[in-house]
Amino acid sequence: MDDRTAVIKDLILRHPGGSGGNDGLLRRVCGAAAQELAASGAGISVMTRDGVLGAAAATDPVSERIEELQFMFGEGPCIDAFASRRPVLISDLGDLVARAGGRWPFYAPAAHEDGLRAVFAFPLQIGAARLGVLDLFRDRTGPLTNSELTDALTFADVTVTALLDRQEQAGGRGVADIDDDAAGYRAELFQAQGMVMVQLGVTLGEAMVRIRAYAYAEDRRLSEVTRDVVARRLRFDRAEP
Amino acid sequence: MTIVSAERMAKIFVEVADTLVDDFDLIDFLHMLTERAADLVSAAAVGLVLADQHGRLEFMAGSNENVKLVELFQLQNHEGPCLEAFQTAVPVINVNLGEAHDRWPRFAPRATAAGFQSVHAFPMRLRTQVIGALNVFGGTKGGDFEDTDVPVVQALADVAAIGLLQERAIRRGELLTEQLQGALNSRVVIEQAKGAVAQAAGVDVDEAFAVIRGYARRHNRKLTEVAHAFVSDPAMLANNLHA
Repeated sequence: MDDRTAVIKDLILRHPGGSGGNDGLLRRVCGAAAQELAASGAGISVMTRDGVLGAAAATDPVSERIEELQFMFGEGPCIDAFASRRPVLISDLGDLVARAGGRWPFYAPAAHEDGLRAVFAFPLQIGAARLGVLDLFRDRTGPLTNSELTDALTFADVTVTALLDRQEQAGGRGVADIDDDAAGYRAELFQAQGMVMVQLGVTLGEAMVRIRAYAYAEDRRLSEVTRDVVARRLRFDRAEP
Repeated sequence: MTIVSAERMAKIFVEVADTLVDDFDLIDFLHMLTERAADLVSAAAVGLVLADQHGRLEFMAGSNENVKLVELFQLQNHEGPCLEAFQTAVPVINVNLGEAHDRWPRFAPRATAAGFQSVHAFPMRLRTQVIGALNVFGGTKGGDFEDTDVPVVQALADVAAIGLLQERAIRRGELLTEQLQGALNSRVVIEQAKGAVAQAAGVDVDEAFAVIRGYARRHNRKLTEVAHAFVSDPAMLANNLHA
């Protein structure tokens, strides 16, 4: 885990956020991200159990409305980021509105009317496992700086981890402190996810949750566990992790 | 190595131009480039890394994908020719691995053990930015580039970078970030699919990659799309492991 990741985890943990509730954590992510990235607001949408993407948290009522507008119209940066599996970075929404036949013919003018001038959507995903999208809203035009972009992507990574661990813990420890061991052999981490998915007959996201929970319970590094899985020294359908 | 044949070089650029016209799969495109580059300079292996948002170099494609080679790329987050080319934006050429143990104490012995004798790395440049590196491994002693080979291989590395800007909207600088992040995630999907296929078919991950790639080629589908189907559609795994 690099220093900046640690700093961002800390920002999220220390952010006051809203009161309790299931999405207290996601509200804290939104609040910390908006503050750190000089955004006027932020929103998170997540994939529900029945496979539908829906708004889950926002910093404030205006951001909540801007987030919800996308689902009302069935179009917008968050929906595109989710479908294309990559960030959608719009530094001048007015430019889109002004262009005839531009992107998001319904969402863009409506959000612009609500004061939105720039929007940056980041998928919350690991490979083929998609959990949701983090949206940053600004009331002024202009791109994210390089360091803001790096931070935004890191906020997204940290949120993915938190969402995975939350599934296992039912709102337990929030932003996890498993050593992600980023310097390790990362290809093995992803290969192990695919293997455990098949072993257990579950989705890829569920496989990730199980691997992380195992590493946590056994107090082992994630990279060690995934190396054992790829080397076929550890199977999740037999070991009863 | 030999001086690059102009005729073969021209064929590669025609193939690249053909690919870039259509809607194409970036990972497929990078694989093609590494294979052609290996062929062009008679290299034992060629691979390509891209930097993620933390500046960590991620393996994207190689002329072959065996585990040992992929590991050599991962090692280069700490030291090695790719890291140097990435950090300095200058090619690293004609390094004899047998004499490079001081320069790269972890990388050089492992590369030698994997059967390589020489190594070269070229920065992937896009305007003022370096976004990754192209790594060439030589398998025979004296596998040196001639002076005239260097700009040719550098041109291939630059073409790989241009592939990231697949659409014509090059003016929109943010597109690069969107593409790069998409490509990095595609590579993760491929690793996940390798794991799923390896488990379901009882083969190792190298063979699993061959299965995924073979399927994509036979059905004329994009590698990323096929990899995605293998991890999200259980029927895909059940029906296509022995073809």
